[in-house]
Amino acid sequence: MSKRASKLSRRRFIANTALASTALIAAPYVRGANAAGKLSIGFWDHWVPGANDATKQLATEWAAKEKVDIQIDHITSQANKLRLTASAEAQAGAGHDILHFGSWWVNEMADKLEPVDDVMAALIKLNGAVNPTVRYLGQKDGKWMAVPATTGSQIKGPCSRIDLMKQHAGIDVQAMYPAGGPPKADNWTLETFLKAAEACHKGGHPFGIGLGVTADSSDTIGALFHAFGAALVDAKGNITAKSDPVRQSLDYYKQLMAFLPQDVSAWDDATNNKWLVAGKGAMIMNPPSAWAVAKRDAPKVAEQLWTHGFPSGPKGRFAPFTPTFWATWKFSKNKPAAKSLLAYLSQPAAVEKMVAASNGFDLPSFANMTELKTWAEEGPPKGTLYHYPNPHNHQILSVAATPAPHAIAVQIYTHGLMCKLAVRHFQGEAMEKTLDYAVKELEGYMRT
Amino acid sequence: MADVTITRTGLPAEAGQVSSLQRLMRRKSTIAFIMTLPLLLVIFTLVAYPAFYSLHLATLNKSMVRFVGLGNFEFLFGRETFWLVVYQSCLFAVTAVIFKAIIGFTVAHFVHNIPSKGQRKWRGMLLVPWVIPPAMSTLAWLWLFDPSYSAFNWLLAHVGVAPVSWTGNTHWARFSVILVNIWVGAPFFMIMYLAALKSVPEQLYEASEIDGANWWQRIWYITLPMMRNIISITALFSLIVTFANFDIVRVLTGGGPLDSTHLFATWAFRVGIESGDIPLGACVSLFMVPILAVAATLILRDIGKRGNEA
Repeated sequence: MSKRASKLSRRRFIANTALASTALIAAPYVRGANAAGKLSIGFWDHWVPGANDATKQLATEWAAKEKVDIQIDHITSQANKLRLTASAEAQAGAGHDILHFGSWWVNEMADKLEPVDDVMAALIKLNGAVNPTVRYLGQKDGKWMAVPATTGSQIKGPCSRIDLMKQHAGIDVQAMYPAGGPPKADNWTLETFLKAAEACHKGGHPFGIGLGVTADSSDTIGALFHAFGAALVDAKGNITAKSDPVRQSLDYYKQLMAFLPQDVSAWDDATNNKWLVAGKGAMIMNPPSAWAVAKRDAPKVAEQLWTHGFPSGPKGRFAPFTPTFWATWKFSKNKPAAKSLLAYLSQPAAVEKMVAASNGFDLPSFANMTELKTWAEEGPPKGTLYHYPNPHNHQILSVAATPAPHAIAVQIYTHGLMCKLAVRHFQGEAMEKTLDYAVKELEGYMRT
Repeated sequence: MADVTITRTGLPAEAGQVSSLQRLMRRKSTIAFIMTLPLLLVIFTLVAYPAFYSLHLATLNKSMVRFVGLGNFEFLFGRETFWLVVYQSCLFAVTAVIFKAIIGFTVAHFVHNIPSKGQRKWRGMLLVPWVIPPAMSTLAWLWLFDPSYSAFNWLLAHVGVAPVSWTGNTHWARFSVILVNIWVGAPFFMIMYLAALKSVPEQLYEASEIDGANWWQRIWYITLPMMRNIISITALFSLIVTFANFDIVRVLTGGGPLDSTHLFATWAFRVGIESGDIPLGACVSLFMVPILAVAATLILRDIGKRGNEA
């Protein structure tokens, strides 16, 4: 073959390209391994190392079985990245088929979400009922708009130092909340809690309860408001800030704040964790993330940590529960596949896998899923997480600002209104002036 | 020559059009327009379109389904927090710009007086705060101000001073965010003023020295008048950037305590994104426009006046 013959001329290149293009366009559609289409998923980027692998593995298993071509993104919630992604996708009408939603976003974007009543009916039948807080956050006008996600859902209950609570407050938290058994916490009331806060403050290890405009702070004060039966706005949308339960709650917080670190109004969601891990405090209100970090960075502290229930108030024992959700958009091009995956991710085996991968941090929202072996076995100390998922239902799981209509409650929560009221009152503002401020703010939240 | 003849003797109209197109394309202004077109497209996509879109958003109700005209603006005027944000934004921007200008001016003089051999090193080092992304450097400041582990408080404790609640007390929190903004922005003023100082003719100083002018008179009668335009433009530019600041406040205080450090941008984010009221958030962010427009008009008019005088 001559050199000239082997050279690819411009004319031959064009002819070959045209032939190849024609063949490609005219080729028949061949059913392949991904015959059930494509699905893109935006999972929450878990902070526990290795926990993302569980969601990835589960989704991949499901995709192989259902012959769906999946694309998985793990999106961090740091700097509101996940929040911004959800807002941008809602605005653009394009994006992931399934996305992880924070507690309050489902209602806010409900008109852009595909109802999942069919999925939820099957899951409730399989895994047991969900509590009213999950319904409040996940339903719109009685329709399920999202499925409660195991990853990221949490109860922000007390995480106490066993030794310091014994030493300063004379309270044995392990006896009060024994591993493997029901709580013996009848005396664990708000009065006891206040005395313990005072004792630990005097002992140089104050409770670390934040009062900044952050989720942890709003969740804690929300549960305490509920314990007094206090609500800033009732279920019908009437402002009820000027009520005795609200006054009682603020007075209680005024007493409590005297025993907290002086700068709690500037705390963010990481400060309380650091407070506990550094050995400075006897208690914080948090899911077991602080314990998990302590296990890695301060094992001696971790050995002394015990997660347990909230103190009870005049209206009951409430714990802040913030479920997160998985939802599929109306604009999704593969809704059947999305719903199938949503159901798959909440099968008992899948839930168990996610809970184990997160070292017990993640919480399923279903009634029959609160006694998994991870929580019973995690340690040290063994059983430290046993009471974390509220296995004996001795607490009412609630979210701050309820029962206000959702559009108002979300603003009370994100603006940290209850925390601001507590700080203002603590700083010396007269109760009625603080409540006047609350009413004005709430009137602003009413706009539609 | 032949071309001219053909045109004049009545060639088809098409040939004439081509000729005028060619003429158009040969114009300097056309070439300039074509060359700037990519940039204009970028500006339209990333600046003009979002600006008009936010105007549109600001006229919608909370659920974004109904036109409410100026209703959102009217609503904001009745909010106590909004006026707090206006006050804080003005205090933050004006205080920070004044201090950045003073520090920048002073440091520029020091650097200007360093022998040229070692000047480059100093210039480079002094620019470091400005070249680090503010979100990152503010994180370092956050640790210095940390409510529980403040390095500053640790130092204060060594000299027997009680710990300061840097981000937990309203006044200290305002001080902290302004301080960090000055730290980040002062090098920009320094470099601009240094460039201006270098352009002041040395003969003017020599002449003033012969006339017996002292240090202050040289500054007042030579340096400042010669730098007036650059001072104005730098101040305007910095005022705009400082007013629109987001990252420092977001990272350092999150707008707290009790909303006392919120700026327009951080409050717009809290209202619009975090609370799900995008129209109101757009409305808050648009409030920067008239305030900055007034400042820009005043400063630029002054520059223009002096330009005409010259």
